[in-house]
Amino acid sequence: MTDSKRGDLVQIHKIILEPDQRPDNLPSRTKSVPYECWIKGFLINEGANVGDEVKIQTFIGRELSGILYQVSPIYDHNFGEPQKELLSIGNEVRKKLERT
Amino acid sequence: MDNSYSAVMSRKKDILKRATGIDYDKLEISPIAFDYEGLMNSCEYSWEDVQRILQETGVGNTPLVELKNLTELVRSISPPGKGARIFVKDEAANPSGSFKDRRAALSIFHAEKLGYKGVVAASSGNYGAAVASQAAKRALKAIILQEVYDSRKVGQPEILEKTRACEAYGAEVWQLTVGPELFYIMLRVLEETDFFSASLYVPTSLRGIETLGYELAQQTFQQEGRFPDMVVVTHAGGGNVTGTARGLKKAGSHDTVVVGVSVDLRGLHMASDLDFNRKSFPTGHTGFGIPFLKWPDRTDVPRNCARGLRYLDRYVLISQGEVFYTTELLAKLEGMERGPAGNTSLAGAISLARELDRDQILLVQETEYTAAGKLPSSQLTFAKENGIEVRRGNPKESVPGKTIVIPESVDQIEVEDFDIEKIRYSYIENAIKMTEGYVATREDILFLAEDSKTTFDYVRETVESLNIKTAN
Repeated sequence: MTDSKRGDLVQIHKIILEPDQRPDNLPSRTKSVPYECWIKGFLINEGANVGDEVKIQTFIGRELSGILYQVSPIYDHNFGEPQKELLSIGNEVRKKLERT
Repeated sequence: MDNSYSAVMSRKKDILKRATGIDYDKLEISPIAFDYEGLMNSCEYSWEDVQRILQETGVGNTPLVELKNLTELVRSISPPGKGARIFVKDEAANPSGSFKDRRAALSIFHAEKLGYKGVVAASSGNYGAAVASQAAKRALKAIILQEVYDSRKVGQPEILEKTRACEAYGAEVWQLTVGPELFYIMLRVLEETDFFSASLYVPTSLRGIETLGYELAQQTFQQEGRFPDMVVVTHAGGGNVTGTARGLKKAGSHDTVVVGVSVDLRGLHMASDLDFNRKSFPTGHTGFGIPFLKWPDRTDVPRNCARGLRYLDRYVLISQGEVFYTTELLAKLEGMERGPAGNTSLAGAISLARELDRDQILLVQETEYTAAGKLPSSQLTFAKENGIEVRRGNPKESVPGKTIVIPESVDQIEVEDFDIEKIRYSYIENAIKMTEGYVATREDILFLAEDSKTTFDYVRETVESLNIKTAN
């Protein structure tokens, strides 16, 4: 029983350039880490586990290969926490407008 | 095929020629000058064609909204007789939620007409979503390349939302880590796919924005009987300023003052893995704004159609906190919930309106949609998680990358003028430095005068003084 099977929505990881393959004119921290990417698609392999080398079919039907990173990836960006620095602004300006 | 960084970069001219359909060599006049209007007209669409093509996919003709409550608030803190009427062009009403649809619509139409099967765009912002949306409408495939993550795989929430939007429109999205190698990946993908390069800086992208400037002028004239006195435009790569100014002129508005606004992120390095997630605005900021004015030809194509310095009358900066405060004002006072990045020019306008007379008209050129990842609460939560201090106070105390200071009151919103004359000088200096050994001709000086919005005599004197410098 594998982490994912053929046709599942997955995300792969690819290292595009290792640090020594990156151009020289970069800030030192950037130059010291690899240039990487993540791409989503549908698993082509019959079955695969996270960490396996796999092939996917992307959303436009192209075949790409990479390391299986995540199965059924979710969008987890959100609206954040309420910000006390913002919450009172609306009432402050309403009061100011009422006074004028 | 050698796909190393240097090998691919050495092939860029041929790759881009295939991917844009433009022969830039033909437009070169000298090492300094090129035929700018020739480039802008090279896509052979008439003004009527452009308007029709945009209308076909539901782009443009967005509402012009007068912000009466905001105007009243600004007047309450302005000297007597001051406080212009503030209007905003609600570009969020476009199909994918921003004015970038105008940049994508004509380019994607053009790609389809030329027979390309797909398009590629390198964009972490609204432009990527616009390209994906227009590609869906024209049944073309889309690949969007985004700079999203730092090396900890922490993603800027704005950009994560753009990934979602692009994928919702059916695009293949590459989420990349920080680095200018975005251009290298773009070249590789273009070479592999033979898709069209939906660059931000080609004529079809710029001419779409002209419709925005044109509408601004026309709508104001229809509603108010005159053209706007001032138009405030968010400035990054220069396309926004260029297209808007050209469109205003096309509509007959020659006296409108065009002011560019950028979020002040000076001190942060754009290629730094460490600085990447220490900012709350991925675009519309000084990291693009200043370099693109000083040297526009730094893009993915040999000659940039976006030439901000040609068209800007004034360039001002605003802090991140002031834009977040403004976003709150727009929602609470005007009932319009819009993305913060798209309120950069509105924040600038609040300050600038105080300089103008009450009967003058100040127009804010855009808004953008909002969603998870974009709201001020998303961005400030993210900022705090990344070690940024957020507080109420005097926004002048903000330090990009360290503190975000949200104004205590609206009268603290104040633009900082950036010395645009210094930029004009820098641009001329760059043009001479880039062509060391070549002696500028009279035609070159005329070109530089137009490109820097100065005069023949000023350029000639500047070039002479620089040549004297280098001769020593």
